[in-house]
Formats: sequence, structure tokens, C-alpha cells
Amino acid sequence: MARIFTYIMHKDGMAADSAFELAAAARKIGATASPTAILTGWGTGLHAACESLAAVYPEIWKIANEVLAYPNAELVRKALQKVVPSNSIVLLAHDHFGIDLAPGLSIKLNAAFLSDVLDIDGVENTDMKVVRQEFGGQVSAHVRGDISSGAVLTLRPGAFKATEIAAAHGLIVDKSAEVGSLAARRRYLETVMAEAGDVDITKYNVLVSIGRGIQEKDNVAMALELADALGAAVSCSRPVVDAKWMEKSRQVGSSGKTVKPKVYLACGISGAFQHLAGIKGNPFLIAINKNPKAPIFQVADVGIVDDILEFLPELTNKVRDLRSTPAK
Amino acid sequence: MEILVCVRRVPDTSENEIELNSSGDIERNELVYSINEPDNYAVEEALQIASKVGGNVTVATVGGEDDEEVLRREMAMGAHHGVLISDEAFRGSDGRGIATILKAFVQKANYDLVLTGVQAEDGGAQIGGMLAALLDYPFASLVNSIEVLDGHQLKISREIEGGNKELSEIDLPCVLSIQTGINEPRYVGMRGIRQVASVPIPTFSAAQLGIDGSNVGEAAANVKRVDYFVPSLGQGAEILHGSREENIDKVLELVAAKGGLK
Repeated sequence: MARIFTYIMHKDGMAADSAFELAAAARKIGATASPTAILTGWGTGLHAACESLAAVYPEIWKIANEVLAYPNAELVRKALQKVVPSNSIVLLAHDHFGIDLAPGLSIKLNAAFLSDVLDIDGVENTDMKVVRQEFGGQVSAHVRGDISSGAVLTLRPGAFKATEIAAAHGLIVDKSAEVGSLAARRRYLETVMAEAGDVDITKYNVLVSIGRGIQEKDNVAMALELADALGAAVSCSRPVVDAKWMEKSRQVGSSGKTVKPKVYLACGISGAFQHLAGIKGNPFLIAINKNPKAPIFQVADVGIVDDILEFLPELTNKVRDLRSTPAK
Repeated sequence: MEILVCVRRVPDTSENEIELNSSGDIERNELVYSINEPDNYAVEEALQIASKVGGNVTVATVGGEDDEEVLRREMAMGAHHGVLISDEAFRGSDGRGIATILKAFVQKANYDLVLTGVQAEDGGAQIGGMLAALLDYPFASLVNSIEVLDGHQLKISREIEGGNKELSEIDLPCVLSIQTGINEPRYVGMRGIRQVASVPIPTFSAAQLGIDGSNVGEAAANVKRVDYFVPSLGQGAEILHGSREENIDKVLELVAAKGGLK
């Protein structure tokens, strides 16, 4: 069995949640797998993060280097190239950092690359079989990777449930000396925080959320009118922001806001995982989409196959009628 | 600045209901194809850079004759050259194989900047990063702004969690994968497409690029799709089959019941 490593992000002395998901994934590759976590960084936060994983991982490799204080994928890749033995399996989260690091790492390690993996069916000889999604989640695919010279996998956040793990007494191994000096041709400058918008969509109990199905900017008014009638706010998925029909501050998803409403009306939203990642707190999810194959119907509580451009105005009229009729 | 944009023609998921046929493959006969959406943003970004600092934009794709239509579409947008990289030996290539083919093409010419879309509909957000590693160029993914500092460096921003932006400087030549929303791609009308309809599109084969056929194609692929299947994630939604009016009443009832109507 190839040795399994996980690369773990951390912040303020705490390992990312992916630490547990990646450990669970390692055990799907091999029930008796004894995965090693690798953390890079600088200062006291790094050591604290390593210690926080001692109960989960039998071994934790710490790479301390001043230039790794901010996780720059180019430098982390060079560090990993120096310490990861050949033919290993390396697991990372499929997030903005994994996307930045993993493809190039697979080339440098001469390893098979399996991207955005949702499930691991298992390993037979040198073949690993995994599940991926294609076409915006409309279909899944089994994909086979020849891992005879190792593998790099990025795993979709949330796809692997952190399982009860027998308590480990993790040994922290300092690998810093093996890495030596590192130089980058991409240099981190600063992080610019997202701007606050006119409406704080995280404060609402009901969200009327629109996607590509709204079709054009002028139609956004339909959603605003419905939200107004309901006392709700309008949020949206990425294509609506990309098209500049709404402000970025209205976007729900991994690259937008995380919301916890009671009711979420997904209107013309296909249901890409990056969007769903921003919906927390298990709201009642009502999906309206004219494509019966839209992945949103897999996760919604109630679904309606209809054209939102016709459905929303009628719904708004009905709400207004109710509002104008005094309660009996 | 000489800029190469690697593009792909893909089934347009916003226009298609993806169906599986009896042999477990996607039913492709009825599919509507278009340029992969992030690739279109990458071409627009390249055109804007070239118009600011001078230079040429080349769009290239690895594929077959059918894929010429997306090259022409991007040439109608303003790309100066279109190139089709095509050979039977390329069939069945995995991500690494495609990156290997593109590497050979990049090394034939002299590009300062290579752009890809962040991800293809059926892809893994992998080609840009692999190509950069093979060329030993610096790389950045999820790029949502580019500013040319001088002939040797760019200032870029990456989209990270929560809509935050990570700013960096990156040396040229480099490879960047472009996120949607970075710009507003210009409209392409039928007239524009007709104007480039007869512009010749050169084709490059494995031999012309000096690619050893044993490093690409199906035989060299260590990642292969086995089959497609329709996922069954949980029980799925209860689909309302009433008339529109009945469905509206039901939605209002549910919104009220779940604490949404006050």
C-alpha cells in the first residue's frame, strides 16, 4: 500500500475542517491506512495547528519556513516535492488552494491526478476508482486512476464525512531542514476583503435566490418584487454576478456569502456545489427550474418544474392578494 | 505581448438536459455545443490586455474539425489567430496528455502569457496548472483581475473564499487560469462570424509539434473515465405536479409553515 499524505490548511493555530474529511477519505482508500498530515507555515500558529491534529493523525509533518507564512501554492509545491516520497498518494481539499496547487504537484511528482473527487470506491492492485461529477452535477462518472507511480487527489469539501476515528497519539515530525530555502516567481502582496453590499442577505429568514434562469438583467425586477411582497431579500448564484446583473455581495456560495435562512427559494438555479456550499442551517429549500434534470432537485425539499419568468410574477400577485385581504 | 488562450468546445450545460444512453455514455446527438464559458472570459481578457499594451492574441484548441467553430467564434471577437491542434494520436488523452500537447505547441512559439479558463464543464480545473508545471512557468488559478506592470511582471488577483481577493505579483512568462466574471465578454453576432468564416485555420499534428505519440492519447492516459451514471443523492425533492396555480398556493403554504411569512 502506498503511503498516504494529507495537506492541511490552518489559521490562527487551528487546522481546517478538511483535516477530518481528508482523514476519512484516506480510510476509504485503505481501511488500515495510517495517513500522515503535512502542515506548512511559520510561527507559533503552525505548531499549535500541528498539535490540534495529534488526536486524528498518527503522524504530522511540520514544515516551518518564513516564506511559507502565507500559503503560496508555488512554494508549498516545492516544499512537498522535497519531502513526499515517490509513489505516494497525496490528498488535498478541492478549494481555491487545492485548485492552485494540486495539478502542478501531480506533474512534479509524476503522479496520476484525480480532481474534485466525491467518493472513493476503492483500490485494486494499482487502480483507484473514484466518483466525480460532470456537466454541473447533472451526471456522475466513475473514473479510474493508475496509481502505480502515485496519485494526487483533490476532494470536494463536504463530500467525505468526518468519521469517528480511533484516538491517535500523533507524533509531530519537523521536516523543515529537508526543505531548505525556497524562492517564488509569484509573490503574495495582500488580501482584499469583499465589499459589504447594500443588502445583507445573511440577515433574512427568506431568500428569493435567482440563477442563470432569470435570463436578463431586466428580469431581476421580478425577483425584487416577489422579495418585497414576502419581506424577503434577493440573493443569487454566480452567473448572475458574472453577468453584472447583481452585486457580488448578493452571491451565495463558496466564493460569496454563507447564508442560514429558514426558507430558500432557488429560482432558475441549477445547483452547482459551489452554490450549495453557501447554504447552511438546513433551510426549507424550494426549487423552481424548467430543467427537470437540474441537480438542485436532488437537494431541494420541494421542486417545481416551471419557467420562473412566468411563475414568479404570478406568485408575487398571489402574495399581494393575500396581503391586501385582511385576516378573518 | 504575445498571448495564447487555450479554449475548448463543450456541451453547454445551461442549454442541455444531459441524458445517458443504454451504453452508459452521454447521448451526444442532440447536444448544443458552445465555447467553454470561462475560456470566453479568458479570450476577452487577452484582447483587453493586447489592446492596452499591444501584441497578438492566438486561440488554440486540441480537438477535431468540429472544434473549429469555437476558434472562429473567438476570432470574430477579435483574436488574431486561431490554431487547431489535431491528430488521431491525441484521442483519449487525459489531462496530463492534453497539457503535454499544449506544452509542445507553446514551445514552438514565443508566448509571454498563456491563459486558460478555470475549468471545463467535464474537466477538473487541471490543464493550466499542469501546463505551467510542464513548462516550469509560474501559475495562478481563479484569476479575476490582471494588470500589466511592465514587460516582466503582472499584478493579479485570485478569487479566494467569501469573495475575498488575494493579490500577487507574478513573473512572465506565466500561465493563468481565468475565473468567470473577470470582465464582460463582447457580443459576437452572426455578421462577425461570417467575416472570419474563410480565414484559414492552420492545423498542427503530433509530428509537426515533435510530440512522441506514446506520451499522449489513450494508451498514455493514467486517468480514464469508466462510465457515467445518474447520481442518487438522498431522496431528492418532492416534485409538485399540480397546475401552476396549485403549485403557487402550495409554495405559499410551505413558506408560511416554515416561518417565512409574517
